[in-house]
Amino acid sequence: MQRIIYFLIRNKDFILFLSLLFICLSINISYNEYNKSRFLNSSNTLFSHLYNTKFTISKYFNLEYQNKILTEENRKLRLILYNTNEKKVDQFEKVNFDVTSVSVIKNSYSYSNNFITIDSGKKDSIDIDNGVISSNGVVGIIDKTTYNYSRFISILNTNFLLNAKFKNSNYFGILSWDGININKVQLKDVPKQAEVSIGDTIVTGGNSLIFPKGIPVGYVDSYKLDNSENYLELEIKLATDMTNIEKLYVLKNNNLREINSLDE
Amino acid sequence: MNRIFSNIILAVVLIFAQGLFFNNINFLGSINPFIYIFFIAYFPLKNNRSFFIFCAFVYGLIIDVFSDTHAIHAASTLIISYIRPNLLKLFFGMAYEHQVVKFNSIELKQNLFYLLSIIFIHHFILFGLEVFDMSKISLILKNTFSSLVFTFIVIYILFELIINRHK
Repeated sequence: MQRIIYFLIRNKDFILFLSLLFICLSINISYNEYNKSRFLNSSNTLFSHLYNTKFTISKYFNLEYQNKILTEENRKLRLILYNTNEKKVDQFEKVNFDVTSVSVIKNSYSYSNNFITIDSGKKDSIDIDNGVISSNGVVGIIDKTTYNYSRFISILNTNFLLNAKFKNSNYFGILSWDGININKVQLKDVPKQAEVSIGDTIVTGGNSLIFPKGIPVGYVDSYKLDNSENYLELEIKLATDMTNIEKLYVLKNNNLREINSLDE
Repeated sequence: MNRIFSNIILAVVLIFAQGLFFNNINFLGSINPFIYIFFIAYFPLKNNRSFFIFCAFVYGLIIDVFSDTHAIHAASTLIISYIRPNLLKLFFGMAYEHQVVKFNSIELKQNLFYLLSIIFIHHFILFGLEVFDMSKISLILKNTFSSLVFTFIVIYILFELIINRHK
């Protein structure tokens, strides 16, 4: 017994080192398995306040660019408005997707698993698994919310998966990111019968409950057959510049609970 | 007492500088310096090893919360803090064993090699855990070396400003 205690005291540094290393690795590995982190993220209150303060200072430097984006979007919306003859919106019809406008308070794109924090949370009825888009296209999916803030998985995250299809045909595939180029994502498992040409628009498919059908994701940059030679693998250039995002929209599917109740 | 206090202030300043400024540099797309390991590399030589290891762990964990990563900074900071005595012994040899080394009077060459090796080990573990895929070893090495250069320059400037100014 005395020897054991003596041994422990003599090697206390090494034991401390191993146990702390074990804690680190278990946090890391549990993240890689479950894609969830319980307590280590910057939507915690203290850190959110800090980032929020930093954001209020730094946003002024970006106002001109953001203005340009908003004006361009307004132009597009007006174009649609003036070119639609019949009035499609029925006031009594239930709205399928609620749209909330949010601001990014902490962007990140230099890691291979990126998360972005935004300034709205449960109080603005933002929920886990809501979709996030910019005025150009898909940006991410909410994965954690607190009362005032939420965090979403960026499209530049190697764990991000999305069902996407071609705008002008119905061939679809699975969109993911390989962690290398921050402007390009990959669309895999597209049947090789699909007619592809460079510059084709890729949009969200209707199979997901998170995004409505037809939101742009990006444009085909190059394509090749994958290893099995039965499917195409496409390089997609993102429609949104992920290094410069500020105003985003969160989409909340109002029918989600009803649709999910079918599976129970 | 005064030295403990100044070290705590240095740690807090480095954490904030890393979290709010150096994490957002994104030079050439995604290269960031990790200047916070300055604190681990030049922590006072006479210390309680267990305490130092524990400090390094907590320090890394705070950086993790700032950068939304999952204990990868904590793990790599922990490892360099554990092997630091061995590195010191390797680069400063007998002088370290007889406890006559002081950071403000070490030779330039020894210091550079010591700093480079500690940064390399830290970055390699950091990016290795972050990518978490040994088949992408080229990506890991590319990230390691590009950040290494950047980190090295900034930490060396800090060294000249903070430790070497009393010469």
